[in-house]
Amino acid sequence: MNWRAVKAIYRFEMARTGRTLFQSILAPVISTSLYFVVFGAAIGSRITEMDGVDYGSFIVPGLIMLTLLMQSVMNASFGIYFPKFTGTIYELLSAPISFIEIVIGYVGAAATKSIILGLIILATSWLFVPVRIAHPVWMISFLVLTAVTFSLLGFIIGIWADGFEKLQIVPLLIITPLTFLGGAFYSVSVLPPFWQVVTFFNPIVYLISGFRWSFYEVADVNVAISLGMTLAFLGACIAMIWWIFRTGYRLKN
Amino acid sequence: MQDIIIAISGLSKTYATGFTALKNVNLGIRRGEIFALLGPNGAGKTTLIGVVCGTVNPSSGTVTVGGHDNVTDFRAAREMIGLVPQELTTDAFESVWATVCFSRGLFGKPKNPAYIEKILRSLSLWEKRNDKIMTLSGGMKRRVLIAKALSHEPQILFLDEPTAGVDVELRKGMWQVVRALRASGVTIILTTHYIEEAEDMADRIGVISNGEIILVEEKKELMHKLGKKQLTLQLQEKLAALPAGLFGGAQLSLSPDGDELTYTYDTQADRTGITRLLASLTEAGIRFKDLSTKQSSLEEIFVGLVHQDRNGAAK
Ligand SMILES: Nc1ncnc2c1ncn2[C@@H]1O[C@H](COP(=O)(O)OP(=O)(O)O)[C@@H](O)[C@H]1O
Ligand SMILES: [Mg+2]
Repeated sequence: MNWRAVKAIYRFEMARTGRTLFQSILAPVISTSLYFVVFGAAIGSRITEMDGVDYGSFIVPGLIMLTLLMQSVMNASFGIYFPKFTGTIYELLSAPISFIEIVIGYVGAAATKSIILGLIILATSWLFVPVRIAHPVWMISFLVLTAVTFSLLGFIIGIWADGFEKLQIVPLLIITPLTFLGGAFYSVSVLPPFWQVVTFFNPIVYLISGFRWSFYEVADVNVAISLGMTLAFLGACIAMIWWIFRTGYRLKN
Repeated sequence: MQDIIIAISGLSKTYATGFTALKNVNLGIRRGEIFALLGPNGAGKTTLIGVVCGTVNPSSGTVTVGGHDNVTDFRAAREMIGLVPQELTTDAFESVWATVCFSRGLFGKPKNPAYIEKILRSLSLWEKRNDKIMTLSGGMKRRVLIAKALSHEPQILFLDEPTAGVDVELRKGMWQVVRALRASGVTIILTTHYIEEAEDMADRIGVISNGEIILVEEKKELMHKLGKKQLTLQLQEKLAALPAGLFGGAQLSLSPDGDELTYTYDTQADRTGITRLLASLTEAGIRFKDLSTKQSSLEEIFVGLVHQDRNGAAK
């Protein structure tokens, strides 16, 4: 393994984040605060609690997940798409590094960034509502697993995309709606039975449910199933990356 | 026997579009030489470099670099190579210093600020080291690409049209750097549109046309073998037309305004015919006030070769 190369890519990507600090960090903080104003204050005054948890506190894990999923996908996809777009990818292709090292560098940086954002949102939330973390180790584990998984997904999207529109499609048209419908702001149990069944086809439900369990020990599905689904996702993304690696898909002529 | 540092054998490349850009290319690059690859646009120069450096997958054939297969042993092969691409592809927001250090890191080398400083100084980039790349001129970006390619101390440097869009002053500086590299033992493969540069710089020249290497020759040898010379005579009195019966035939031509006679001859021929020409002129009463000879440039040789190749292909 060429770890110096991994480190070079990682630091390059983190420097990119540093340069766009305003967009990267301030924007999610502001939007989180807005969510609290809208959901917490306006709706929360009607819905006082959900699954026995104060509503404002209840939505904190969902909000973190929302940002985590979006940011992981967007950062990783942009990170690898941009060198393809500008042509600087020639350097990655002609350096003594394998595809796996490229993946570790880009995905590692994207995941790091979204984990930091998740923690910033957690801290911001603390300013608005009481937050209790029952299982901190599980909380961090879900955070890291989800960030890595969706950064891998983002990397795949970045390789697949041949235009900026394609970069936007998956986060905007798939991930955001599925997160909103996946119980980020409510417990699945409040839905009518038919919609509950439909909801369980939404994979993001399992991620949010497990993550929320690590905070308040309330969950829509058993936490073991949540963990299993997260790992299955991770496995699927790794398999996909492996396939791209084997075939050289869309990286070289 | 010469020490071959890059061995290319049976290399072909057909792009996804179905276009065959390289056809069974065999080529050996010698350690320590400057090799100039000449060929018209679209001949396959960039593709060939791409296959050696790893940015293009070959359809068939093999490449070894320093004895290492560039696919099965790609790390060892690529570590030896620095690539300066044809296009000015740089990051925009990075500083010169950061981007050059990044390249070194990619090649797995430990930090060496003193060495990077040396490169930047030799390329007159030291004053610009903290500037963002996007604020630099095209010529400076080109030098940043060279600095990146040299950052990991490669034994082989590929320069794909390095002087395109670079002004004369900078070009001279760049060639100084290339000469210094060669003196330190680096093997250099370059493509250029400025044939006089190949003539100036190269030890050997390869000509590629339509994806085929049609000739590889020592530059001196090439100039010698294919070099035609021209003898120009400035006439004392203008001629309306070439008098019939003058020695020289098709080798002889008259300038449009009739005051110059040009005789083209082969330096390699047993007899150049100059003596007979001069005798024949005296006989015809044609007097001249001055004469000069000129060796044909590589460009003329090269245009002739590609032309032949095209005609050959058409048959
Ligand atoms: N990615 C590609 N897909 C299809 N054809 C290509 C691609 N890249 C280059 N070509 C074609 O291959 C030929 C050789 O290109 P190139 O190696 O860039 O030539 P040169 O560098 O000698 O100008 C050209 O006809 C070009 O159009
Ligand atoms: Mg080219």
